[in-house]
This record gives sequence, structure tokens and C-alpha cells, in this order.
Amino acid sequence: MTNPISSDKIESEDIDPQFTERIVEAGADRIRTCIQCGTCSSVCPSGRRTAFRTRELMRKAVLGLKDEVLASPDLWLCATCYTCLERCPREIKVTDAIIIMRNMAVDEGFMLPQHRKASQKLISTGHAVPIDDANRKVRKDLGLDELPPTTHSKKKALRDVQKIMKKTGFKKLIEGQAEEGA
Amino acid sequence: MTEAQKYSFFLGCVMPNRFPNLEKSIRVVMPMLGIELEDLEGASCCPAPGVVRSFDEPTWLALAARNLALAEMAGNDILTGCNGCYGTFKEALSEVQDHPDRLKEVQKVFDGMDITFNAEVEAKHIIEVISNMGADRIRELVTHPLNGIRIAVHYGCHLLKPSKNRPWKKTQNHTFLDELVEATGAESIRYKDKSLCCGAGGGVRGSNVAISVDIAKEKLDNILSAEVDCILNVCSFCHLQYELAQPQLNKELGEKRYQIPVIYYTQLLGLALGLDSGELGLDRHLVSTQPLLDKISR
Repeated sequence: MTNPISSDKIESEDIDPQFTERIVEAGADRIRTCIQCGTCSSVCPSGRRTAFRTRELMRKAVLGLKDEVLASPDLWLCATCYTCLERCPREIKVTDAIIIMRNMAVDEGFMLPQHRKASQKLISTGHAVPIDDANRKVRKDLGLDELPPTTHSKKKALRDVQKIMKKTGFKKLIEGQAEEGA
Repeated sequence: MTEAQKYSFFLGCVMPNRFPNLEKSIRVVMPMLGIELEDLEGASCCPAPGVVRSFDEPTWLALAARNLALAEMAGNDILTGCNGCYGTFKEALSEVQDHPDRLKEVQKVFDGMDITFNAEVEAKHIIEVISNMGADRIRELVTHPLNGIRIAVHYGCHLLKPSKNRPWKKTQNHTFLDELVEATGAESIRYKDKSLCCGAGGGVRGSNVAISVDIAKEKLDNILSAEVDCILNVCSFCHLQYELAQPQLNKELGEKRYQIPVIYYTQLLGLALGLDSGELGLDRHLVSTQPLLDKISR
């Protein structure tokens, strides 16, 4: 007779202990002390309206369920309001842990198209939200310089910023190998 | 006290490129408080704590360090009017100050560029500088008290948290901004879930607009129940969220439920200092500020 209750069994090969270790090393050093109290989920503004459960994410992180965590779109529902980090009775840097896991997810190729677009704008202009024609006009009307005194109007500064993004590998990360050197 | 303080004014992205009216109000009002703003020439995106820090932390740290270095080389502390930029600078500074190897890492990235950085600069928020002057001092400067104006104060998240790396006396239930608002003669009104996030940060607005706007809607509904004349904020990204979410919600609902004027602190203070609303960019809002201005001039 088969078991009528389908159990979500975690297989040993799903567990990557190195995953937890990397989160600890990157700064969320107290994550293993999580007692699954659920305070993080209870204060989460995204969790109020979606199936995103911070507690579940922390549990999976501690278990080392790397593939499941990194592929999950839930990872991108955190608005980084830091309320969970403030309230955690174990003083776990919950928000930092999420950011660390996002970095790993991107490394594995999980990148939301809108985020890639903002990053491309950063690479080409130095601003994730660059100026547009309408706001050039508003600036002028208000008596401000039409272009702000940022990378928008300083070519050398933009080149420096682009150089930095090339050195750190950001350009490659966003634009991929194919366009490297283009 | 009367000695002018000078800062390198960091603009970020959203303020100069989407809401230049806020930038204008800061540039007009801060000198009236004895605070001199020097342009931080060649600054870039802070970079955004939601997307860039989430994508590649070392790139986030290096670009943040470059902006901080520009101020450090100018001999000033860096001053920002955006909670997101403030968060980036506070977190990046503590990272390089607490971990000398990370400071070396960014210095290595700057190799061959004329950028020197020793992490000796401080990052301040505009409201922090005003708060340090004290609400009493602001009250003394006010010439046109905004009596009878009811305000829903929105602090935002990164101004306050993580509290271990923020300058405020308390870790929650803050009152410093309410005090600065009330120094103008207006009244800060209590409302449900005042400390709730606006929903824009963390890259959520960028990728999950519906969820992001739904968080803003919860906040807006609570603010509507409090029957206020405006929302007051100190963050260009929270400002964007409240300015854009209201017309979007109205469109979706086919009604005009959400029409709460959204204003920035230096715009409110400017009015109380007797400045013209046009000079404060109050005629450049997506949600009309006219009902608020009409009530003030009454």
C-alpha cells in the first residue's frame, strides 16, 4: 500500500553544506542559530501579500538546499526593509543573508530581466535611473543645470565608473561573455 | 552654531533625473539653515542597494567607495537626501572600516585612477543634519507657521535600519522627524503601521511592480483613514513610489481615491520659511499639491 500522504522528502544529494558555510562567511554569521520562531515572516511586508516566507528561506539556507533557494523567485520579493533583521531574537542578519543568496543566485545565472536592464543603464550612463528628455526640461525650467553635475555631464567620471565595473567583472556579469570587449 | 557647515551634495539617480523639484528645494532651503552645499562632481549611482548590491556586492562596494572618495578628496562629508543612497554609504563605510582587507580590495580597484580613499569620510542624510540643528532652532527660523496642516510622516526604512549602524537615539518608535515637522507649525498625525515600508526597495518595484504597489496601497489606505493633508517623506525613492503608485492605483480602480499630495521635508520647511511654492518645485508634482497649498494660504 502506498502512503496516501505525499511527503516532501529532502534527499541527501539536495543538501550542500558549503552553501550555508558561504552565507556564514559572507557576513550572516549567526544564521545557524535560527530557532524558526517565525518573527521574520510575521513582520515581512512582502510576506503579508505573497507566499514568500522568510522563515522558510532561512530554514532552507541552514539545511543547505542551495539549488532550491537560488532558483526561487521568492528570493527577489524582499524589499530590504530590514524589519526582520531588527526583530530577530537571535540577531541573525536576515536581510544580509538574503542579499548574499541573491549574489549567489545571480552567479548561477538567475537574473530578473528588469534588474539586468537597470544594470545595463548603470553600465552605459553611470546611473541606474538616467535622465530623460522630460526631466532635462524640468531641470532647466527650475533653474537647475540641464544635466546634473554627475557622470551625465563629466565624461572622465563616466569612464572611471565604467573602468571600475569592468575590473570588478560587473560588465561581464551583466552583458555576458559574448559581448565582452565589444 | 552660526558657523556654516559645508558638505558634498550627493544627488543619486532618482532625485536629479526624475524629481529635480526635490533637488531644487534642497538647494534653496539648506543655505537658509547655514548649510553650504558643494556639488559632488562626477558622482554616479550610489549604487542602488536593491539591485546592484544584490547582483554583485564587490561592484556595489567599489562604486560606493568611489562616490565616498570624491567627497573625501574634496575635504567634505557626503550629504544625501535619499534613504537608499544613505543606506548604501552607511553600509559600505562600515564594511571597509571594519574589514581592512575590504578597504585594500577597493583601493586595488582604484589602481591607476586618480582616486584616493581611506574611508575617513562620513555619510550624512539631509534630515540628520537638520535634526542635529534641533527642532527648537527650526521653530525659531519659521516665519510662516503651517498651523492646522495635518501630516502623515513617512520615515522610510534605510534612514533608520539597520539601527546598529544609524545615528539615532532610539532603535524604533522614532520621533525626530515628527518633531521637525511640528517645528513648522504643522501637526504630525498618528496612523496605522506608520513604520511600514513603502514597498519600493530591494529591487521589488523594479521587478514585481504589482506587489510593490500593493504594499504602497496598504500604506496609502492607512494614511487616507487618518485624513491628512499630505504625506511627508525624506527619500527620493519613497517619494517616487507614492507619486507613481497613486495615479496607477486610480487608473486600475477607475476612480480617484488616491490624491494625497506627497512632499519632501525641505519643501515643507521652505513653505514655513516663506518661500514661494514654485521655487520649491511644488507645481511639479504628479499628484497635485494644490489642495495642500490652498489650505496653507487660507
